Amino acid sequence: MSNYRTVFGSLESYQKGGVEIIDDDPKNYAFSNCFEVASKSKPYEKVAVGKNLKYVIEAVRAEGDSPWFAAAHDEAALIMDGEVEIHFVKPDAPVVPDGKEGTVKLAGQPAGRDMGWVKAGRGHMALLPKGAAYQFRNPGKPGVLLVQTILGENTIERWADICQTKA
Amino acid sequence: MSTAQTAAVANALGYKDHSIGGFTFKRDEYFAHIFYPGGRHIMQIDAFLRALMRDVAWGFFYGTVNFDTVFGTVNHYGTVEMFIGLFNEAYRANNRHHVETFESKDLKKVFEEVLADWTNEGFDPFAAPDETGTVYGAKKGNNIKAITRQRLVADRMVGLPGDLGYRTDQDGFTVNRQFQDVPQDKPEIHAAQGFENEVHAFNFFEYVSRSDVTWNPSVVSCVKDSQFCATTEEHVLPITHGNDRVEWFIQATDEIIWDIDDRATGRPRAKVTMRAGDVAAMPANIRHRGYSPKRSILIVWENNDGGLPQRYASGELAPNPVDF
Repeated sequence: MSNYRTVFGSLESYQKGGVEIIDDDPKNYAFSNCFEVASKSKPYEKVAVGKNLKYVIEAVRAEGDSPWFAAAHDEAALIMDGEVEIHFVKPDAPVVPDGKEGTVKLAGQPAGRDMGWVKAGRGHMALLPKGAAYQFRNPGKPGVLLVQTILGENTIERWADICQTKA
Repeated sequence: MSTAQTAAVANALGYKDHSIGGFTFKRDEYFAHIFYPGGRHIMQIDAFLRALMRDVAWGFFYGTVNFDTVFGTVNHYGTVEMFIGLFNEAYRANNRHHVETFESKDLKKVFEEVLADWTNEGFDPFAAPDETGTVYGAKKGNNIKAITRQRLVADRMVGLPGDLGYRTDQDGFTVNRQFQDVPQDKPEIHAAQGFENEVHAFNFFEYVSRSDVTWNPSVVSCVKDSQFCATTEEHVLPITHGNDRVEWFIQATDEIIWDIDDRATGRPRAKVTMRAGDVAAMPANIRHRGYSPKRSILIVWENNDGGLPQRYASGELAPNPVDF
């Protein structure tokens, strides 16, 4: 029997680290914790916790049903806590212009073919394929997703609120 | 640009000398000796081989691979600088540094020959110290299988048809001794007919728990140039990485403590402690070295845009990723 215990985080239990400054500004590290961010977010707000020029990682609180989303490029969702279903529809007509970047929020479920769905739990990663519309559904206790995507009109940047600012 | 040479005759311990340009590498029972015009540098052989393994496997990686505070390489993507003291404040101030430029393929060939010659049977430079045998002493066989692992890079996402495959018991990728408690369950996938290649998910934590190497990121998912590189970390990062762009760390499990130094001088700037769920940027003007007391899962998030090194080096882009 292994004596090692792997420490995961969750909305209910996480122990945040931090930046110990010697000769620097902590803001250079944009240090945050995705569970803490999600604990203060509204359901399915897409809060940037990482930004590398046009690319972002968004922390998302998964609670209830999300709006329908789509993107003109692939995205990926890593489930950090909880369990979520992701339902996919192939729209009959494109719902996002070619070349547009970032996640687009749709008015509702688009007309199209049912592509299927995925049920994913902690540690699972799901593809959010380009051109598909998708909806997260989580009727249970709130979960946390990290979404690998591109900065878009629905990305929320509130760095001063989520990051360590003092040594 | 210089010619590489390997000595025809091995020394009394069975190891050959290897040279390229003005550099000559020699090993004895405990140390690697790096001779260069004007001096000699010395490193413990296990630390040297672990650093060398990463430099070779990563194709000289992004930016600077510091083997220690003195010796290392700078990737210029086609050519490589090999240096003594280039990013050491005292060496630079006293003009004691030495730098030579090589074609990447030439230096890689020499490094591969050193690894093959100096890595003894039973020693795996990719493994954590507790998982591998000794490297010390006279030459004893080799471990070619361990030092020729291919870097794993998904085009889109691990597990998609035609993309990077899963790690399985059958392929020799068993769950690591320190990740026995990582759930190995699978996501439910209910793909409608015709959408089997698009409706996709996999157990990322399971995939990483089966990694047989440490401090060796492999690409698991891509959004254009945005790459999630998953890696398992245990003990200490064998190099100090000076990136030529901003990168980000997402700590998925456990804890890593990072020493952050100035990229150019090596002067300490900060310590960053990362625990499960923490996200932090590594600015483009620092170097970092991580310590992972227990094997942990880290996502190194890279921007693979080939134009970035020049944009950061010229000052067009600020070294920190966000202003607030």
